[in-house]
Amino acid sequence: MAFRIPSGTTESATVAPLEIAELPGLDHPSGRRQSPAIRALRRMGKAIRSNRKASWGAGLLALFCLLAAFPELIARDNPSAIIYKVSLGPSLHHLLGTTGLGQDMFAQVIWGTRPVLEIALGVGLASTAIAVLIGVAAAYLGGFWDAALNLLTDVLLVIPLFPLLVVIAGYLHSAGTAVMIAVITLTGWSYTARQLRAQALSLRKRDFLEAARVRGERPFYIIVVEIIPTMTSLLVASFLTNALYAVLFSTSLQFIGLGDPSQVSWGTMLRAAENNEAFQTGQSLWIIAPGLCIVGLGAAFALLNYAFDEVGNPALRPLRLSQKRAQRRKIAKQTT
Amino acid sequence: MRFALRRLGFFLLTLWAALTLNFVLPRLMPGNPAIAMISKFKGGVSPQALHTLEIQFGVFTHKPLLSQYWTYLGNMATGKYGVSLSEYPATVGHIIKQAIPWTLGLVGLTTILAFLLGTGIGIVGAWHRGGTLDSVMPPVFVITSVIPYFWLGLVLILIFGVKLHWLPYFFSYSFTATPGFTVSFIWNVIQHAILPAATLLITTIGTWILTMRNTMITTLAEDYVRMARAKGLSSRRIMFDYAARNAILPNLTGFAMSLGFVLGGAILIEFVFNYQGVGYWLLNAVDNEDYPLMQALFLLITVAVLVAILISDIATAILDPRTRDAI
Repeated sequence: MAFRIPSGTTESATVAPLEIAELPGLDHPSGRRQSPAIRALRRMGKAIRSNRKASWGAGLLALFCLLAAFPELIARDNPSAIIYKVSLGPSLHHLLGTTGLGQDMFAQVIWGTRPVLEIALGVGLASTAIAVLIGVAAAYLGGFWDAALNLLTDVLLVIPLFPLLVVIAGYLHSAGTAVMIAVITLTGWSYTARQLRAQALSLRKRDFLEAARVRGERPFYIIVVEIIPTMTSLLVASFLTNALYAVLFSTSLQFIGLGDPSQVSWGTMLRAAENNEAFQTGQSLWIIAPGLCIVGLGAAFALLNYAFDEVGNPALRPLRLSQKRAQRRKIAKQTT
Repeated sequence: MRFALRRLGFFLLTLWAALTLNFVLPRLMPGNPAIAMISKFKGGVSPQALHTLEIQFGVFTHKPLLSQYWTYLGNMATGKYGVSLSEYPATVGHIIKQAIPWTLGLVGLTTILAFLLGTGIGIVGAWHRGGTLDSVMPPVFVITSVIPYFWLGLVLILIFGVKLHWLPYFFSYSFTATPGFTVSFIWNVIQHAILPAATLLITTIGTWILTMRNTMITTLAEDYVRMARAKGLSSRRIMFDYAARNAILPNLTGFAMSLGFVLGGAILIEFVFNYQGVGYWLLNAVDNEDYPLMQALFLLITVAVLVAILISDIATAILDPRTRDAI
């Protein structure tokens, strides 16, 4: 999970294969010229409908978004009110029972969705934006700026993230949503920036950019209108990866006591449960319920990311039944 | 040679960046955190501890920033990390020395095990493309890779510790055991390591398997693999000597790097199991506002990573000549 090294140092940051379909200038069969961004998004929409992993991921994410948007419709109890008997088992009044402190656990889990999702979306958007800004600018400007920005990215890339986060959060004491977003974003944008730079570099000599330059467009226009739309699938992947890391990092920080203790959130719930020895007092649900939610939300982002990856790289797709049979026959032949 | 020098230069640069970050961070924070901490202790801070804070955090000193910086760099280079505030009068160096072997043993061995097992499973899975293993693996490991370490640790504690009473889950050995090179003590240590090691293994093995499988699939489509088949070589030979040997490179470099992450990679697991390694002490230091200890541990973790990356870069260049020109 979170503390995994982004696979690859400076050298091996991968460049997503640029698909022909993503290049502008190729016309849609219908004759209309389509923006590459719209084409990429359409392909993802199709993946969500047809790829089982993507459908699951999208469904889970939609569910959590609903919970975060309308928690009061599902859980009527006040999540932070300490008004019930402590450590009640699950019942109709308290679907998951009550905590060792006397709060309704179901309400806590439902209301706890919002801060986690806010942090995930915030970090996903912010770090993708910074990565685009730095990665694409480096590639486009070239020369000194490229070298300088690239060095900055590389240095940040190799400093271990989670310990750094712990140290910063340790100085800050309690990090609320905004601080959490800022800290995770500032430490985590570098991997994506590298990928985007590599992608932008591979575009630099393409004809359509040459054409834009000849037309006399300003660099800003070229970057925003011509370069960035061709990277849509990479941007979506970056958003999903960073959102996933944000979920894992922020709940971890909250669990070790560096979050805002007054906030109702999955990580702070786990912290409270651990402090009150939930297992030893038979309060397993206090730890299991928020943990499963973290896994669910994380899985939503990871499944979507994996599925879109499969769409872009057909070699990784699971084999169809007919292909499987052919493969088996081949293996059978080899082994005899 | 030029490549190695460039990597070395980058190593020194990142080392300097990490050192400077360590120096600048507390000074950037709103209000000096060290001063806030001292006022909380209300004069209960010893002169030695104050001296440490003065140099490393700029507390109660009127020396210019630059001279503070030089003193700090000198201290770090000569291993003078000062005294710990929470474990006073123990020095920071003393605590670190005690913590390192536990982390190296637990996390180091588990990392090696995860690499070997994961790579093996990945090879076999990709070879039998479309088999049960191959179709079950990816979705399962997408899920296991998003389980937070600490939560999986808690769940294992619940099942095997609290409910079944099979394994211990607190500290690295029983308090009743006497440390020493006896069979019973070593057995005791192994028992205490099983649950944290299992937690780490389950959460990390997926990456090894997936990377190996995905590169292996690409490699299996190469012409030299087809050539080997045409020559009528045994499938075992093709699988290991032709395909796996070429596909293993990303995993090998990843392995060299992950060895660097041993020290700082299992902070939360050590925290959950109260296993007194580097990560446990880091969180302990954060909790007790023991800033000198925290600073030194962060530096240690970072340096381990930087050294590992340097080694892995150079190893890649030796193993794969194609990468030499790329940088």
